[in-house]
This record gives sequence, C-alpha cells and structure tokens, in this order.
Amino acid sequence: MASKTFKSGVAAPELKKQTRGKEIIDIAVPRRVILPLKEGPGDPAKPVVKKNDEVQAGQVVAEAQGDWGLPVRASIDGKVEGIVDIRTAAGQLGKGISILGNGNVNMEKMESLGSEISSLETEKITKRIQEAGILGMGGAGFPTHVKLMPPPDVKIDTVIINGAECEPYLTCDEKVMETRPEDIISGLRILMKALNAGKGIVGIKSHKKKAIQLISEAAKEFSEIEVVGLADKYPMGAEKMLIDALTGRRVPQGGLPFHVGVAVNNIQTAVAVKEAVLDGVPLLRRVVTVTGSGIEKPGDYRVYIGITVEELVEAAGGLKEDAAKVIAGGPMMGQALHRLETPMGRADTAVVVMTEKEAHLPLERPCIRCARCVDHCPVFLNPITLANYAEKEIIEGMERLKIDDCIECGTCSFVCPAKKPLVQNIILGKGIVQNAQRRNGGSD
Amino acid sequence: MIMATDKLVVTHAPHIRERDTVPGIMGGVLIALIPALVAATLVFGWFSLVLVAVCAAASVVTEWIWMALRHKDGRVIVQDYSAGLTGVLLAFTLPPTTPIWMAILGSVVAITIGKQIFGGLGFNIFNPALVGRAFLTASFPVAMTDWVLDGTSTATPLDGAVATNLELFIGNIGGSLGETSALALLIGGAYLLYRRLIDWRLPLGYLGAVVILALLVGEDPIFHLLAGGLILGAFFMLTDPVTSPLTRKGRWVYAVGAGIIVFMIRVWGDAPGGVLYSILIMNMAVPLLDRFLPDRIFGEVKAK
Repeated sequence: MASKTFKSGVAAPELKKQTRGKEIIDIAVPRRVILPLKEGPGDPAKPVVKKNDEVQAGQVVAEAQGDWGLPVRASIDGKVEGIVDIRTAAGQLGKGISILGNGNVNMEKMESLGSEISSLETEKITKRIQEAGILGMGGAGFPTHVKLMPPPDVKIDTVIINGAECEPYLTCDEKVMETRPEDIISGLRILMKALNAGKGIVGIKSHKKKAIQLISEAAKEFSEIEVVGLADKYPMGAEKMLIDALTGRRVPQGGLPFHVGVAVNNIQTAVAVKEAVLDGVPLLRRVVTVTGSGIEKPGDYRVYIGITVEELVEAAGGLKEDAAKVIAGGPMMGQALHRLETPMGRADTAVVVMTEKEAHLPLERPCIRCARCVDHCPVFLNPITLANYAEKEIIEGMERLKIDDCIECGTCSFVCPAKKPLVQNIILGKGIVQNAQRRNGGSD
Repeated sequence: MIMATDKLVVTHAPHIRERDTVPGIMGGVLIALIPALVAATLVFGWFSLVLVAVCAAASVVTEWIWMALRHKDGRVIVQDYSAGLTGVLLAFTLPPTTPIWMAILGSVVAITIGKQIFGGLGFNIFNPALVGRAFLTASFPVAMTDWVLDGTSTATPLDGAVATNLELFIGNIGGSLGETSALALLIGGAYLLYRRLIDWRLPLGYLGAVVILALLVGEDPIFHLLAGGLILGAFFMLTDPVTSPLTRKGRWVYAVGAGIIVFMIRVWGDAPGGVLYSILIMNMAVPLLDRFLPDRIFGEVKAK
C-alpha cells in the first residue's frame, strides 16, 4: 500500500514493542476516581452533587456550561468525597469531583437513538454526543459536538478518523483498531451522517497491517469510506499534517479543519460515538497504554475515566526500582508528572515510565545553526530563532515569525543536536506574546 | 515498588531526543575529510600530514586558552571537535610548503578573530578557517601562492598552467593541500550528503551557478568545477552551518550568490582567491538573508 505523507517532520523511534501484540487488559473497578470538571477548551462543568452523595456510574455529576462545555458523568458507583483541587494529566489546574468507589459499576444507560445509522436525525446525534461527554480522545480533548456544528456557511465534505498514533510507545489506538473495527466504521458513519459529509477516510500508518486489514474489511460494503495507509513519520497524527497527507488541503494559518471542509476524530472517539448513539452508553471508559522500561507489567489497559495514575500504575505491576520519570501521554508531547495522584481524564492516552538513565537530560551545547529544527518543523517555522526571541522576550520578533502557528509537537527539540530546549522556550514565548497582547488592550 | 513521588524527575516534553550531537556532526565532517587528506599525502608527501596536525593542534590549544580566559569549562567546548575541524580545514587551504610557524599563526587568527571574538562556537559571522586563510593571504602573499609539485614550483591551472580535466579530477596537479583531488573531495561530499550533515541546496546552488555562468560566457564548465578550491568550498566551507542561512530560501540565495561571486572573481579578477572571498562575502549576508527571506509557513495565505 502506497503511504500518504506530509512535508518535513521526522522519523521518530517506535518504542512500541513492549505492548504491541498483547491483548487489552480490563482493569478492576478502582477504589477511587477523580473526574476533572474541565478537559479541553470548553468551560468547566458545574457540579450538581455534594459530599457524601451516592452516585451511580453514568450519572451526571456536573452539568455542561456554555456551548463548548461537556457534562461530567460518574464512571463508577460510589460516594462523592468532595470537590477537590487537581492538576490534570495535561497540566491544567482546576477542580475535580472525587468519588470513592464501592467496587460496583451498575451503569445507568441512555436510550439508544436507533440501530439504523442512515435513519438517525442529525440534531439528535450531535446532542447525544455532547450529553455522553465525548471529546477528542487523542489528547487534545476538543469537544466532539463542536466539530459537528460548523458555522452555517461552511460545508464539511470529509470526515477523517485519525489512526496515525504517531507518538512513540503508544499502542492503545492500534489495539482498539484491531479489536473493534466495526464499531470504528459505525462511529465514522454516524459522524458523517451528523455532518452530511459524503466521504469518510480512516488514516492508519501503513506498517499497522493487521489494523488496516481489519478496518478495510469492516468498511468494505461502504463505498464512501476509504482506508488509507500513512507514512511512518512524526507528527503524522497532528490534525493539520494528517489532513494535508490525506486530502492535500492545508488548513490556513490560525484556522481549524472545518475551514478546509474536514472534521478529524480520534479512533477511540469514533468508538465512543458509536456506543453513545447506538448503545446509549456514555463515555466512561477508554483504553490507555501503560509502558516504558520503568513499569513492571507494560500493556494496554481498559480503564475507568478518572482513575489516578497511582492506581493505574499499581494495576500495571507497579514502578520498577529505577523508575524516575512518569509521563502522562506520549514522550513527544506528554507531561512529566510530579505526583501520581493525578487523574487520567477522557483525553489522556498513556502513562510512560522512564528509568533514571532514560530520564537523564543530555548535555546542552551551543547552537551551531545546523537548521535541523527549521528543516524538520512540520509547519515550516524557524524554531531556533523563535526560541532565541523567547529567551530575550523580543515580542515583535516572535509575532513576526508567527509563534502562534507552532503546534508544540516537539520535533525541533527532538532533532536538535545541541539539545536546546527549543519547543520549551517557544511555548514560554507564546505566553509572553499573549500576555503582551492582553496588556495592549486586546487590540487583536 | 517506589512511591516516593517527591523524587520523580519533572522536565518538559519532548522526553526523548535524537542521538546526533554537536561533536557527532563535527566528527562526521572530519571523517568526510579523510579521503582528501589521503590524496594530499599521496600527491604532496608526508609534510601534508604534519601541516594538518599542526593546524588542528594549534586551533585546539588556542580555543582552550580562550575558554580559560572567558572562564568557561574548556572541556565541554574543546570536546566538540569544532576547533580541530577549523584547523584541519585551514590546513586544507594552505600551499603544501607553508612554513609551520605560518600555519600556527593562521590557526591562532582563525580561532581568535574568526570565532572567539564573536562569542565562540555558533556566534561567528565568518567561516573561521577562511578568516585564517584570508589573513595569511594578505600577510604573506608570496608564500601563500607557492604551488609546489614534485619539488618544483608550478602555477596552478587557474593561473594558466595546462592541465587536463582528468588530471584535475584525480588531483595530480599543483594547488592547495586539500583541494587537489576533486575525486577525493566528492567522496567526502557524498558521505556528508548521505549522513545529512550538509544541505544539498548549498553545493548544488554554488556549483550550479558556476556551471551556468561558464556556459553563458563560453568557458569550459568542467574545468571551472574541478579547478581551484571550488569543490572543497562547495562541500566543506560554504556548508559550515554556523555561517550559512537558517531558512531554505536564504540558503538558495546564499549558495547561488557565492557561485556568481566566485565566477566573477575568476573571470574578471584575481584568479586564485575566488572561492575564499565568495564565501566570506556571502557569510556577511547571512543575517540579512535570515531576516528577510523567511520560509513560507504552513497554511500561510498568499499576499494579494
């Protein structure tokens, strides 16, 4: 199969051997879950339970706020311990509802919207997806229902399911592709129905042969759905790169996929959509990868949303003696955690544990202007110059070189032979520029 | 199982890095120079090795002294091979009869004026080896054009000596130490391209410009490619990352501009210095090129 690709990017190592080929492990009901009130860009949900309330899995414990907001549903049965301060695995400070489980999950299901996708009603699908609390499960946490409500003058003709999984170490999406191909295709068809889109594409890295074969089989009877192989390159799973590779369309600067008539959704999001719409099951569980040289039993685990990293790690056999760094997410964009009480939300894909040796930072040397960061940047920025401007707080320079276009994929820092903290400084620079713009009275 | 979570290492993503390092890149360039060094030794004799060793050693010692004066950890800097590489490249531009004291002087100037006064590795504007070579050319014009082959002084082909293109290609002719064999340099250049240590745009733009101009004015393009230090310059001097542009557009202008300058100097100016000055002149333009020729960003809307 010929692989589709985008310009630039980098061949990152796979590091997926530890978990590839193993079956998904269903985790026991956790002792406690902490449900973040805010994931992604929407407003935080408003709690509707108080301390000591008994809750049931599937019950709404916090109501959606605003157009982009999502409700929070209890993922297990138990008693509310309280509303607590948390730092999400993605690093956002906020509140969460802590629920002490009683070991049971008696899920309160919703009514199915029907079994025939072609006869579903568009508005009902969108509403259901929002009610079920579905968001981008590939990491960004963008509310899925918002993608289904483009501005009235926009026509979305293509729905893409993102099966690139380009972060090293991660295999959770691959496992879901291998075990639930029909559900993924059903989810895609529901999303296409909601948008009245004529074309569906599932993009999968070409070397994931089994996933491609199974999903192609599941999609066989639907001529409007295409399964396409992708080159093994990072960051293939970045929305803009994926759209470019699959359709040749480039999302304009500062734009969103709908500007080029495309909506992109993650593999597990597609499964969640199918379950919510056809089975009436809200998003309470997901598959995460727990791996790295510092964990005893690496594997892909089906977890309850809100499980703490601590319990998840315990379920995976615990940390090894020389474990030193615990990353929520993949190694390219994930956050290193400073405490394991962090909950795993709906958009959190993995826990990667590195040993002391792997966590050791390489020696930083002077930049030799080799321009590898420039040559590999998937959005064609000038990372070293941006990083220098950020260090010196040269706001005019950062604006001129379009610091806001950085997708924070980390490719620049990854390829840098001088081991400069490029993306790190660029992210700091973004904050500096945004603060300055705010101070100037929001003239933008 | 450890739960002492206060001991967790917290750093910002990315948490993995590619293996290549600055010393690795410099070392790669040194490896790529080996064929040319072998050719030089075969054509000009063992004194070539001595000159290369002297220049490299003098450069490293100079760098070390500067590091000490600047209160920096000399080990980190000297370990990166960049000073040694500057020394080797300088030696490659010298006539094979250069006196040792002159080679040392050139190395000291290359590191001091070419590199350290700008702030050391990564901050210099001019290619340090070429600064050293330019200094020696200006100070000792006679010694710097003493082209000896088989014990007798000769002219170089650019001065008008007769040489076939095959002789130029193999390298059995008078000239600077490292630029005598186009074949050996091309082997090294191919290695650099294979390992992606240099950008293909630079040698292509530089050599391409010379070939096209030669065809336009009716000169032999093959002769121009093979004569003098053009190939050494194209693969090893022009491509110095520190002194070449960051942006892709800037790199094209830089390489083609240097190609035009070297051809103008050869045809209308003092023949042998072309490569040297073409690169130094375009080095000066690099900050401007980086500033005014940014690459087009992904999804950038064309200005109407």
